[in-house]
Amino acid sequence: MYVYNDFDEAFVRERVAQFRGQVERRVSGALTEDEFKPLRLMNGLYLQLHAYMLRVAVPYGTLNPVQMRQLAYLAETYDKGYGHFTTRQNIQYNWPKLADVPDMLEALADVGMHAIQTSGNTIRNVTADHFAGAAADEIEDPRPVAELLRQWSTDHPEFQFLPRKFKIAVTGSPTDRAVTKAHDIGLRMVRDASGAPGFEVIVGGGLGRTPMVGKVLREFLPKADLLPYCEAIVSVYNLLGRRDNKYKARIKITVHENGIDTIRSLVEAKFAELRPVFAGFDQQLLTQIEGHFAPPTFRSAPTDSYEAARLANPAFRSWSDTNLSAHKAEGYAIVSISIKKHGATPGDATADQMRVMADLAERFGHGELRISHEQNVILPHVHKSDLAAVYAVLREADLATANIGLVSDIIACPGMDYCALATARSIPVAQDIATRFEELKLEHEVGPLKIKISGCINACGHHHVGHIGILGLDRAGVENYQITLGGDGSEDAAIGKRAGPGFSADEIVPAIERLVLGYLDLRAAPDETFLQTYRRLGIEPFKAILYPAAATEEKANAA
Amino acid sequence: MSRHFTPKVITANDLMLGDAIWLTEDDRWTRDIAEAELIEDEAHATIRLLFAQAQPEIAVGPYLADAKPGTTGPQPIHFREAFRTRGPSNYAHGKQVEV
Ligand code: SF4
Repeated sequence: MYVYNDFDEAFVRERVAQFRGQVERRVSGALTEDEFKPLRLMNGLYLQLHAYMLRVAVPYGTLNPVQMRQLAYLAETYDKGYGHFTTRQNIQYNWPKLADVPDMLEALADVGMHAIQTSGNTIRNVTADHFAGAAADEIEDPRPVAELLRQWSTDHPEFQFLPRKFKIAVTGSPTDRAVTKAHDIGLRMVRDASGAPGFEVIVGGGLGRTPMVGKVLREFLPKADLLPYCEAIVSVYNLLGRRDNKYKARIKITVHENGIDTIRSLVEAKFAELRPVFAGFDQQLLTQIEGHFAPPTFRSAPTDSYEAARLANPAFRSWSDTNLSAHKAEGYAIVSISIKKHGATPGDATADQMRVMADLAERFGHGELRISHEQNVILPHVHKSDLAAVYAVLREADLATANIGLVSDIIACPGMDYCALATARSIPVAQDIATRFEELKLEHEVGPLKIKISGCINACGHHHVGHIGILGLDRAGVENYQITLGGDGSEDAAIGKRAGPGFSADEIVPAIERLVLGYLDLRAAPDETFLQTYRRLGIEPFKAILYPAAATEEKANAA
Repeated sequence: MSRHFTPKVITANDLMLGDAIWLTEDDRWTRDIAEAELIEDEAHATIRLLFAQAQPEIAVGPYLADAKPGTTGPQPIHFREAFRTRGPSNYAHGKQVEV
């Protein structure tokens, strides 16, 4: 893992000291709120419905046990004993007091963390495949590149006041687990004809008010050209992006309005100019960074105890069926710890749970943890012979829910329970759907299904790319939920289609139940997933299930 | 005839704690909306908002929110404002347990 050097350390400490002074000046009245607000946002501090919220960056979702324990300490000392993992691989604290925030930032700096650029019109925390460095299908660990991007973008003098926020995601595998096509820049590692690794560069993806799937700007970019090329993209956007209208300011609109070909020629021209200027220093830095991400020394040991435990314990078998993924090293598995216990708040972990996960990473996981954009925690490197022990500890900590990728593994943004921008709640909807499907005992039969919920059009809950998306709206002072179908956040990214009129808070869970049960009748075979059935049949049969009255009426009219 | 004015309360977030506060008739800030001043006149609302805005050391982002009279005092109308009087629905945190 990357370890701060003296420069990083000094920089982060200085920012904490500056912020401490800014808070003091705000409290004394020397700074107005208008002056203070941009300063607090630069340090990840928002003011929400019930309290301040501090958003802490977890760069490319990677944490070590010491950092995880520090997050637990913050949760306990300055919050209400828990933290919320977000769809951008960050962690948010919902209840800090203004006077405590400088101390929180200081405590983060102690473990090489910060909250810088988790807000504002800057390049935000770079996200990455949460299986990075472990996935069997990976070409290369994308995190050194993500760290290089983090260092380049942090406090980049030219990019502190972009037209709008800017999000970069990177995956080292052709299988896209980082939703790269829904980012301002998406980087997907591929090989060229000679087998050399490089990136497919995708630009102009994004969700929100105007959802768009990113477009390919360069089919193959050699790895060594990454930084000058990204700088070229961001500088072109910085000049061309609209500052007159907040809703048209993201690069997706710039690409849409100017056309990908124009953007491409501008970027290539700028790139030609920038490339010689970089003069190889970025590559030296990258080599240094790569040293920090050397893979752990994997051990080789028999795995028969794992097979035996599977046979002996059905609960363990069920958990290992859903929560494990293929690892690149022989005898190893990737463990996804579900932070989606049925009925609990998606993404919320208590301080005790954080400590348990930190201990597990230390004892069994080569000291590594990841936060996924799906709001779960990953132990990327666990030897199969340790899985039964890991499972037993998780069970004790109420962390052994076997639901990864299933109906109840729902992404939900904080919605109107916390967020000042929300138009409706999302957490209770997620809680109720998960609870209902637990009662029905059906989710394993239903199989892979991604439900994603946002509490407003900003789409932090990624509802557009949910197989089933739910968007909470305010319709004449009442919460109302709109369903979209057929979205997909993978390498085959697609934006979901609106199914029809929205549902009230009372109707939304029964509507989802109808939809999922209806799919079971529609699927051609038990292994045809919801998304596959949708793609085979289109939206109409699902509409008929969601709106039975309208369907009957139509039939009657046709007769 | 002047157009109908929906009664209002003045609300904001507390600078130090960040939680919801309401302005009372006797110029205090309260954490219980029932103690807030229910403003039924548009001109008075403007004056009271200016008064609230002049207290940046206490109140962040004061605004007028629709309200109605209740048995114990003003009550929120919109569900967003109702949540602000209680706290989140996923945990017993915030005003529902603190006030
Ligand atoms: S989608 Fe809307 S409600 Fe949800 S966190 Fe984002 S801004 Fe807030």
